[in-house]
Amino acid sequence: MNFEEWVAKPLLADFGIKIPRGHVADNAACVKKQFQGPSVIKAQVPTGARGKAGGIKFASDASEAFEMAKNILAMSIDGHQVSRVLVEPHIDIRQELYVAILNDRTYRCPILLFSSSGGIDIEDTATNGIHSMASVHVNILEGLTLEMALSVLQGTILAKRHHHEVANNLVSLYQAYRSLDAELLEVNPLVITQDDEIIALDCKFTLDDSALKRQDWLSQQGSLDPLTELESEAQQAGLRLIEMDGNVGILANGAGLTMTTMDAVMHYGGQAANFLEIGGDAYTKAEKALIILLKHPHIKSLLVNFCGAFARTDVMTRGVVKAWKSLCPEIPIFFSIHGTGEEEAIDLVRDELGLDPFDSMDEAVLAAIEAARRGGEA
Amino acid sequence: MILRKRHRILVYGATGRQGTFWTREMINYGANVVGAVHPRKAGIKHLGVPVYASATDMTSAFDVALMFVPPLSVKDAVIDACSAEPRLIVCLAEHIPSHDVMEMLAIANTYKVRLAGPNTAGIVTPGESFAGIMPAFNNRIFTPGSIGVISRSGSLGALACLNLTREGLGQSSFFGIGGDPIIGTTMREALELFDHDSRTSLIVLCGEIGGSSEEEAAEYAATMHKPVVAFVAGHAAPVGKKMGHAGAIINPNQGSYTSKYRHLEEAGVAVAKVPSELPHLVSSALSAHQPP
Repeated sequence: MNFEEWVAKPLLADFGIKIPRGHVADNAACVKKQFQGPSVIKAQVPTGARGKAGGIKFASDASEAFEMAKNILAMSIDGHQVSRVLVEPHIDIRQELYVAILNDRTYRCPILLFSSSGGIDIEDTATNGIHSMASVHVNILEGLTLEMALSVLQGTILAKRHHHEVANNLVSLYQAYRSLDAELLEVNPLVITQDDEIIALDCKFTLDDSALKRQDWLSQQGSLDPLTELESEAQQAGLRLIEMDGNVGILANGAGLTMTTMDAVMHYGGQAANFLEIGGDAYTKAEKALIILLKHPHIKSLLVNFCGAFARTDVMTRGVVKAWKSLCPEIPIFFSIHGTGEEEAIDLVRDELGLDPFDSMDEAVLAAIEAARRGGEA
Repeated sequence: MILRKRHRILVYGATGRQGTFWTREMINYGANVVGAVHPRKAGIKHLGVPVYASATDMTSAFDVALMFVPPLSVKDAVIDACSAEPRLIVCLAEHIPSHDVMEMLAIANTYKVRLAGPNTAGIVTPGESFAGIMPAFNNRIFTPGSIGVISRSGSLGALACLNLTREGLGQSSFFGIGGDPIIGTTMREALELFDHDSRTSLIVLCGEIGGSSEEEAAEYAATMHKPVVAFVAGHAAPVGKKMGHAGAIINPNQGSYTSKYRHLEEAGVAVAKVPSELPHLVSSALSAHQPP
């Protein structure tokens, strides 16, 4: 889960990192009314590259602030409609630094990244080119010490007199990263002001979705993924649905098998209408999953592919059969069923729907593509 | 380690509903389950094996700890198991916070214990033993043989084994490494295990989009004498969406299908376009391969 700047920065302040004293506004009149001197007006959207998109502007007087806020509030950046701006007092910057702490998938521990030239040009450096940065891997059982933080700063273009204070900020940021179960905590820029203060001017925070249960207090403040109507209906039912452009509907168990089913549809010349998996704990939700899926307007045929382990195929198939019989959809359905509970599942399909499941996934895929091509006639 | 019949297994959370179902299946299959752990049920017998409050209460050693424990409790269970120094801990749960996983791994490292998972369906050695939630008992899917199978996903791993078994290609073992972004045994490490296993003649890798584990495995595969064949799921997946697994997401600069496919092919690994192509690729690789 991602967090917008105006939510993320105050979280840093709780760990002793200085942030500008700003306020949030959702209309230009409010920005004008509260204007107190030269300010920066920043679009609040959960995406990088706001600066390049024109979502960050400097205003020297109230009427300028009004115009800029009006423009920014009418913008859409990276598909996100701007609904609020953050207004902060202008700060005279001596140097912009880049700092990030994130989970390193390969080394399987936290990694701290630092660059003495932060700012707009290295936005997304964490994903683009971490090789050009100073970095250190952290033993999670020991944490980031002041000494380690100081050693990262060695050899970077940063005046010696700032080292201690910047290192303290790195240690605080690490504490925030740990306490907040962050996947990524990035401050770009962390600035040194003309008065030699160190201030976080921006913050990007991604919370580990698996930690939402114990970081419950944060979940209400996160940015929601842009979902379609069906996708959010699925989410409310505890199911993961991704709508696609094709016409072959897919219901499978397990992330790997569901992706593989989509791949097979593509491989044989068809197009998947969706990703929807009912593996893991969701295997009892087949009925609900099918009800949601059948609302997808483009589906011309349905492919049910089960290869059950933990997810019992008889339980999943019972759900599918029940939903199918109560909704009586007019599109054809094709089954491939293997794994735990398969005999019972196959009998169910034969007895209740009068259909024979295919022996292999490939045959079921080919049949479903052909049926979709004919426009959904069995 | 490759799971063998002789390996003694301690099951955490064996008394729960799923734990009971799968532990019973394991025992019926012939797995050497020597005990269960539940902090508040010590002293009873469950499925014929003694229940302990902690691994440290066991009087005899065990080789494998299997975790049927909810996500937020796994870390404590792993710490408990590590103190008894088993060889392997298998973590089945999905949605364990990544910070917990990194801590578990650091602790396991200090005890020199291998972790498999999290978010794995477990390990199966056909005809001998299994630990986890795989249909080992289904002989249309699993059958003894010499192919080592590694998979991030349980369901895809089962499908791959089904395709191999159908063509008479049995498995030396199945190793589920798990679908999380951070896992205890990487694809490359699992590949090394099978490379050193005398009963394995060829390895099938079932990868998926996200991260760089296939690229790292490819680097190792290029140095191997045994042939490797692969399938990578997610060719049709859109960029930037989590495809069911927390680890299965294509970022702008990492995790794409094309990168994985290219690295594997360049390392001499034949990559199947659909899982049903695996048996043919395996047979060709085996017949082309000259034993040392």
